[in-house]
Amino acid sequence: MELFLIFVGAVFVNNLVLARFLGICPFFGVSKKVDTAIGMSLAVTFVMAVAGIITWIVQYAVLDKFGLQFLQTIVFILVIASLVQFVEMVIEKTSPDLYQSLGIFLPLITTNCAILGAAIINIQSGFGFVEMLVFTMGSALGFGLALVLFAGIRERIDLSDIPYYFRGMPIAFITAGILALAFMGFSGLV
Amino acid sequence: MKLKTFTSGIFENNPVMKQVLGLCPALAVTTSAINGIAMGLATTAVLIGSNTVVSLVNNLIPTKVRIPSYIVIIASFVTVVDLVMNAYVHDLHKVLGLFIPLIVVNCVVLGRAESFASKNGLLESLTDAFGTGFGFTLALFVLGAVREVLGNGSVMGFDLFGSGFKPSIVMILPPGAFIALGFLMVGYKYLDERKRVKRGGV
Repeated sequence: MELFLIFVGAVFVNNLVLARFLGICPFFGVSKKVDTAIGMSLAVTFVMAVAGIITWIVQYAVLDKFGLQFLQTIVFILVIASLVQFVEMVIEKTSPDLYQSLGIFLPLITTNCAILGAAIINIQSGFGFVEMLVFTMGSALGFGLALVLFAGIRERIDLSDIPYYFRGMPIAFITAGILALAFMGFSGLV
Repeated sequence: MKLKTFTSGIFENNPVMKQVLGLCPALAVTTSAINGIAMGLATTAVLIGSNTVVSLVNNLIPTKVRIPSYIVIIASFVTVVDLVMNAYVHDLHKVLGLFIPLIVVNCVVLGRAESFASKNGLLESLTDAFGTGFGFTLALFVLGAVREVLGNGSVMGFDLFGSGFKPSIVMILPPGAFIALGFLMVGYKYLDERKRVKRGGV
């Protein structure tokens, strides 16, 4: 039951993008089309899960053991950067099709603060291994949900007549605000 | 040292308003004007450090591994800022929390290292770091001030309207951040456009 609460909390109540403000750059950057939004959220889900597992192990097996907690930021970002590089190479070799569709997003993921943010939240909240897995999957799903919903809205915005100064980014921000307002309806659920 | 390098980061190429970079901290910590300034200054400190080092060691780094190298340089400075803030301004450190380590992945810092410091000398890069940092701080201050006035009826902790004022709490909650920045961008676009028209002599 507790695991279920963590999951629902991560997807809806403390949505990574709309409540915690993590991963805003890809949220606005690749949300022009639903297809690319789905590709991006798949790539993020995968990297976030693997990065979560590795950083969790590194934190408890290396950093805590040797009293090196102050190196957390450097070590985590190195883990994520090399992981992204590695994943990119593996996907390129094994599945060219997937590389075609995910390839362009992978380098962007290194500087996606959702990955590093989720890894640090895992440690700060003192999650155990299973809780960490559940939280990471929930966070990734929440990110994907917000991204795909937002891309769907933006596709329709493109077709409508918007006052000149609101075109482009400003209207996207205001839309995201209203979406965040809608997600606030979930607060109190957990 | 060119004045233009300094001023371009403040208005013309403002990192938040124009380049739309560094949004996560810009939206997350600006629940009050003072938080915005603190986050802006912390980022500026990292920016100054990373731009300096990148412009100095740039010739030693092979092009292929430059991005990871930049990230390590930036991460070192972030760790320094993190520890210093924890020691001397502990309360502020608690408020900004997660977003201090996340300066590492702030696209503004990496963006300046990649697009400016790697191609220019030390003095130019330092000027650029100060300009961009100031522009970032300014944007965060304005956003924080707007949200604080509307959501709390105060600026920098000073009460503005007295007890009769009913603040709209939503402005200091997450949705308010998006909406406030959206409207600020409309204002920025208007000013930017007007400036360009004037310069064009129309």
